[in-house]
Amino acid sequence: MDTPLIELRNINKSFGEVQVLFDVNLSVKKGEIHCLVGENGAGKSTLMKILSGVYPYGQYSGEILIEGHPVQFHNISDSEKAGISIIYQELSMVPEMTVYENIFLGNEIKKGTVVDTEAEIQRSIELLKAVRADYIRPSSKVKELSVSMQQLVEIAKALSKNPKALILDEPTSALSEVESENLLNLLTELKKQGVTIILISHRLKEVMQVADAITVLRDGHTVAYFDRAKEDVDEATIIKHMVGREITNLYPPKIAEPTDEIVFEVKNWNAIDPKTGRYLVKDANLYVKKGEIVGLFGLIGAGRTELGLSIFGNPYKYTVQGEMYLHGKPVHFRSPTEAIRNGVFYLTEDRKERGLILIDSIRKNISLANLVAVSHGSILDDAREIDVAENFVQNLSIKTRNVEEKVLTLSGGTQQKVLVAKGLFTEPEVLILDEPTRGIDVGAKYEIYTLIRQLAKEGKAILLISSELPEILGMSDRIYVMGRGRITGELPADKADQETVMTYAID
Amino acid sequence: MNSFGQHLKKFLVENIRDYAMFLALLAIMVVFTVLSGGNFLSPVNISNLIDQTGYLGVLSIGETLVIVIRHVDLSVGFLSGFLGAVAANLMQFSHFGALPAILVVLALGGLAGLLNGSMVAYLNIPSFIATLAGWMAYRGALLLATRGMGTIIISNKTFNAIGNGYIPDIPGLKNFLPGYHKLTLLLGIIAVIAIIYSSIANRRRQIKRGFEPLPMDMFILEMVFISAGLLYLTYELAAYRGISWTLLIVLLVTFLFYFITERTVLGRHIYAVGGNPEAAELSGINVRNVILIVFTAMGMLAGLSGVLFASRLQSATTTAGTMFELYAIAGAYIGGVSAAGGVGKVINSLIGAFVMQTLTNGMLLLGVDVSLQYIILGVVLAVAVIFDVATRARVR
Repeated sequence: MDTPLIELRNINKSFGEVQVLFDVNLSVKKGEIHCLVGENGAGKSTLMKILSGVYPYGQYSGEILIEGHPVQFHNISDSEKAGISIIYQELSMVPEMTVYENIFLGNEIKKGTVVDTEAEIQRSIELLKAVRADYIRPSSKVKELSVSMQQLVEIAKALSKNPKALILDEPTSALSEVESENLLNLLTELKKQGVTIILISHRLKEVMQVADAITVLRDGHTVAYFDRAKEDVDEATIIKHMVGREITNLYPPKIAEPTDEIVFEVKNWNAIDPKTGRYLVKDANLYVKKGEIVGLFGLIGAGRTELGLSIFGNPYKYTVQGEMYLHGKPVHFRSPTEAIRNGVFYLTEDRKERGLILIDSIRKNISLANLVAVSHGSILDDAREIDVAENFVQNLSIKTRNVEEKVLTLSGGTQQKVLVAKGLFTEPEVLILDEPTRGIDVGAKYEIYTLIRQLAKEGKAILLISSELPEILGMSDRIYVMGRGRITGELPADKADQETVMTYAID
Repeated sequence: MNSFGQHLKKFLVENIRDYAMFLALLAIMVVFTVLSGGNFLSPVNISNLIDQTGYLGVLSIGETLVIVIRHVDLSVGFLSGFLGAVAANLMQFSHFGALPAILVVLALGGLAGLLNGSMVAYLNIPSFIATLAGWMAYRGALLLATRGMGTIIISNKTFNAIGNGYIPDIPGLKNFLPGYHKLTLLLGIIAVIAIIYSSIANRRRQIKRGFEPLPMDMFILEMVFISAGLLYLTYELAAYRGISWTLLIVLLVTFLFYFITERTVLGRHIYAVGGNPEAAELSGINVRNVILIVFTAMGMLAGLSGVLFASRLQSATTTAGTMFELYAIAGAYIGGVSAAGGVGKVINSLIGAFVMQTLTNGMLLLGVDVSLQYIILGVVLAVAVIFDVATRARVR
């Protein structure tokens, strides 16, 4: 029996009175890709923060063994010395600094007391080659790189410390499918070179593709472990363990057919980045009918979000050209305020940064975009506001003690529902949903989908922007595909399959 | 009794952020009272202390809003001094009455604020730099307005009464409670009754809504503390000459800003812009307008501060307004505003300014050396902010 490279035994961890990990065990063999899966809040990230010393020895109970020897990590540099490198979901780089400066940040190569820039650049070139990113120039500023390139730099940085084990927390959540694919190939390659990898991912398809072993966490407990060399396992089984119930259908069935009435339309729509003159959206034509769910699929950088924002009063001041019609009448929104007033609402993909005011209560977040409806003159009517919020909490089954709870404390799925409630309270006719299920767990996703179906039945015109193909295929009545700012294809749902849509997208 | 102890502990732990400042203020006052042999709490000193807080307090209220929307306004100190000098000039050399002079000064203040706000909102200049430019320019303007001779004595009695006069008493009650200001007593008692009444109504609403209210014993304790504090203050003021015009004006302004921030759509927009400007924009809030309104209000409050200070000194001087902006910002931070934006209450900032002024006043009374005074003020500010950061981290 081989000694595992990393072993966590009976880990318990509490935040205040709330226990989040219960006797968790994890055993990672040398040279394998070990996937850690579980719903949001299952305790995956907490467990990895214990392993990497973010939560130091003494703040948890249980044992960490590296190659059979018990260890105590008091901080991150302890775990790095033991050969463990972690790459967080939120990338941690200094945008204004260059690639090589970031790679050696806190770990500079010195000649005497000065930084040996030459050596750092040389070593960076080697490291970037190792992560198959030799097209990135070490002297570029990190802010000039795309998210996927930044991620590769982050991995190069981790490799510069010669780790035995590399932990990646949701590395593909911000990547398009092609980019994800490349990243997974890189991980497989690193494995061959002897690096052990722990991968946390929501995307089960990826997990099935690369994992040698899978550990499933649910509500802070280890509920399953699969060694795929011995017994293989299918997605459905893993989902069952993750949620503790069998999900037979990922998407709720249609409950109403769209009408023939076109509510919203844009023609010859362009959005141009005023700084670079680059077309973010070019010659886009699209329409949405009453009661219709229209999917808009595109990879990262295809211009989906820019299209949504340029329609929604153009808050980021792109140069916009083209015509827009509501019920056949030409309209022009100079700000989100005007768009909202005309019954168009855009739900942002980035609920934390652009969507919600995290330090405020559920009540204040829900009413924010339509305060007029809960005030007399310009004086707020708290009682009305609370009624409104409580109604939404009930109708959307928002899990909370009461409407005064701060949004900060809610889970991702619950936050998303609050954001949806905020949008619905403006009583929109046209609802643009940008990645409405990003980063939320399977159960919450299903609830959001059911809600979207319900809204369509009520006659809302829905534009569903997503980079998840199954979601687009599972939910849409009609599908537009975007690639490099253009709409490259339009297909009815029954003619669409994964291959066709993807072909248009990478066109 | 045991449950009372538990309630108290839970209450203090959960609300330490809200109450720490009041407890600190109480402690500071006790220390000064003991060290000064009771002089600190003499009615004349308390009355003075409140009037000295006035011109800083209104600035603290303005800075609170500015800091809530993630900016800062450094220009308001010298703007206040300059506008005080403008008022003096208008009255002494252009034969303006007190009221017209004040209105002109408030309008000019608003204009100056609008200018700051425009630079921040339309040109995206960091407020620190935009208002630092104002800090320099208004300092020069102040020197210009006092014409190099240093001091303009203001002879307008109405104007000077703002900083030195008191509201009249109820006529015809000379023999009832001699030596006390009856109207002040009456207003104090009415205020206590109003606060208790509205707190009870609010508590009933919470219970009806199914929210978990404060335990009854804690609620009563809170009411007792507030009532006792207010009644004692009323007694102190009544035993001297009653409520000053300064106090009345500051209370009205505070109430106005309290109402705007807590109860109106505009207030909600201000906190939303501070809490998350992008989310505010995507919720249809005109972020630029909010910035303009907040800076304009700040400028008007600077005008008011200038009036309060000039009338208190009955003159305009070249040094008026020096460091006011920094004291006002310190007051707001002691009152718990967050530099990260979106958090801060105007009443707490006013109390924060009062804490600063209490320290200064008490140390002056005890004859503490001026160098030591500054050091102590610095330490208190640092401790207040460290405490704020520490408790914030724990809540999270």
